[in-house]
Amino acid sequence: MGLLERFFKPSWGVHPDDHKRPAADVPLRTLPLPERLYVPLQQHVGGPARPVVLAGQKVLKGQLLAEAQGNISAPVHAPTSGRVLAIGEVTAPHPSGLAQLAITLASDGDERWLEREPVADPFALAPEEIARLTAAAGVVGLGGATFPAAVKFNLGRRLKVSTLIVNGGECEPYLSSDDAVMRVRAAEVVDGLRIVMHAIGAANALVGIEDNKPEAIAAMRAAAAPFGDVAIRPVPARYPMGSDKQLIQVLTGKEVPADARAAEVGVLVHNVSTCAAVHRALRRGEALVERIVTVNGGAVRAPGNLLAPIGARVADLLAFAGLAAEPARLILGGPMMGTLLPHANVPLVKGASGVLAFDAREAARPAAGPCIRCGSCTVACPMGLLPLEMASRIRAGDLAGATGFGLSDCISCGCCAWVCPSHIPLVQYFSHARGELAAGERARLRNEATRRLVEQRGERLARDAREKAAAAAKRKAERDAAKAKAAAATESAAASSAAVSAKAVSP
Amino acid sequence: MLIAILSLTLLGAVLGLGLGLAARRFHVEGDPLVAQIEALMPGSNCGQCGFPGCPGAASAIAAGSAPVTACPPGGRALAKALAEKLGIAIDLGQVADAGPRIAAVAEEICIGCCRCIKVCPTDAIVGAAKQIHNVMREACTGCGNCVERCPTEAVTLQPVPVTLQHWVWPRPQLAGA
Repeated sequence: MGLLERFFKPSWGVHPDDHKRPAADVPLRTLPLPERLYVPLQQHVGGPARPVVLAGQKVLKGQLLAEAQGNISAPVHAPTSGRVLAIGEVTAPHPSGLAQLAITLASDGDERWLEREPVADPFALAPEEIARLTAAAGVVGLGGATFPAAVKFNLGRRLKVSTLIVNGGECEPYLSSDDAVMRVRAAEVVDGLRIVMHAIGAANALVGIEDNKPEAIAAMRAAAAPFGDVAIRPVPARYPMGSDKQLIQVLTGKEVPADARAAEVGVLVHNVSTCAAVHRALRRGEALVERIVTVNGGAVRAPGNLLAPIGARVADLLAFAGLAAEPARLILGGPMMGTLLPHANVPLVKGASGVLAFDAREAARPAAGPCIRCGSCTVACPMGLLPLEMASRIRAGDLAGATGFGLSDCISCGCCAWVCPSHIPLVQYFSHARGELAAGERARLRNEATRRLVEQRGERLARDAREKAAAAAKRKAERDAAKAKAAAATESAAASSAAVSAKAVSP
Repeated sequence: MLIAILSLTLLGAVLGLGLGLAARRFHVEGDPLVAQIEALMPGSNCGQCGFPGCPGAASAIAAGSAPVTACPPGGRALAKALAEKLGIAIDLGQVADAGPRIAAVAEEICIGCCRCIKVCPTDAIVGAAKQIHNVMREACTGCGNCVERCPTEAVTLQPVPVTLQHWVWPRPQLAGA
């Protein structure tokens, strides 16, 4: 199979127009510092961070704003120096348009850094120490999954991972932020990935880059030339090549089993931008407070890549790049898997690789028709699932049936919906079903917790009653004892008085 | 003396064995449906259905003497699950349900009387005499016992707010429908 795949292109996936140029070729620009920054407390998978600053407090750039809470969590840091205005709710970059907690920062324009503590030689540090410093810098997976990087390091070390796979696939159309990172910061990426190799104990690294990014491949080859254990591997441009399971399969020939993690087949995947962030966290002692983000789409006048602080509003980015038309649709991330935004007043988060403003033509969505069972989706599905069967079951409300067809293996890549000639929003069906299943699971756990609470209350009431009875019995015993004592005392007093009187009488 | 002991021991052993065998032989299965229904129910034994706790309601629902919509805290979701389990069709429009609700204490009216604490089936209310009480959201089942007990109407049932963690993508509308 490995041999076949070397000679033939993978059969899965789709090949949409990539729309990456001309944005990818525009030199990197820096977003002028916005007056206000809105730093959400949860920009990662896991528990939200807990604020450690107060409203009104002055902070420096890179200062801890909120600390990690729980095993899987990440801290957030001040993206610039200034004053904390408020800790409150702002609209989350989420299709629901619901609010999330965020720290609002008024920048003072000085960009004064907190005292940084760079590590001169990260390779002299213990792997645990690298994981600790990475976690403290708030580094999360920047490819979009936003899983805390340090947690993954520890997992890789525990499962004895031999190969680090560095994901430079960036298969989503329109996006070129990873491309920009590899072109501009190739040396940082390579140093960062070598630090990651040290942290997880990997012997070699494979950097997979889609062959539609020749400049990035050349820059990375030049940067990796001195290191024999780092191989740059161009891979065919095909969506979703940047998905970890697909990239692993193409680069190593190993298939990650369903319900297993990549680390269980001896590899660990990190994004190129994450590796660059690890480099900055250690070599410069800088927390993750900014990222390179692609601003693209038909409604943008000057598309390109911007270096922007975390917490800048999407509206700030769009205003800087200029709008040629009123955007018909706003997306954070890529067009295939990105997050639909309710409006532009949402903050930029760590996992946001792009901001897309589509014009009416790009956003046009043909009305969905009935499924004609053509099977195109089954060919396109990179996980080998049957999207049409899953969707028909979900439509009928049969979530268990959809799970039986492998709903949990779906990576929500959107290939099926992209090829569907009836334009059925298949991914929305799957997202809906997953949400409902998760809600059902939460309800079940809640039921169990309720039962436990009721039992514990029963036990508590029984214990209270027992203790009350014991206390009453004790009091009664004491009373009885006191009574008996008193009785004995009066008796002895009577006896002695009788004796006295007897004595008095006797003479 | 010895004969009496022996005969009584023998008698006891034989009768005991007989009883044990009979219990095995003539064992009556409890209705498994009741247990399954009980597992679906909130389990807080709040008594709003009018039955003695969730086991009582479960057996009544299994026997068909109570409707699947009998449990107010379970609401529409539970009614649907029960109807599926029993294979019957119900009109969910009939169920008065404003989604899941939990109790909340209006702090400016609470006088700290502790009455609600005593009737809470899950110990979800914290507080002490003459101290403002509060509801632990994770533990509240929304049974409403406390609402009736509060002398100042400080406890009310509020809809559970939808958060980012609980939000679910809506199901796509059917094509052409």
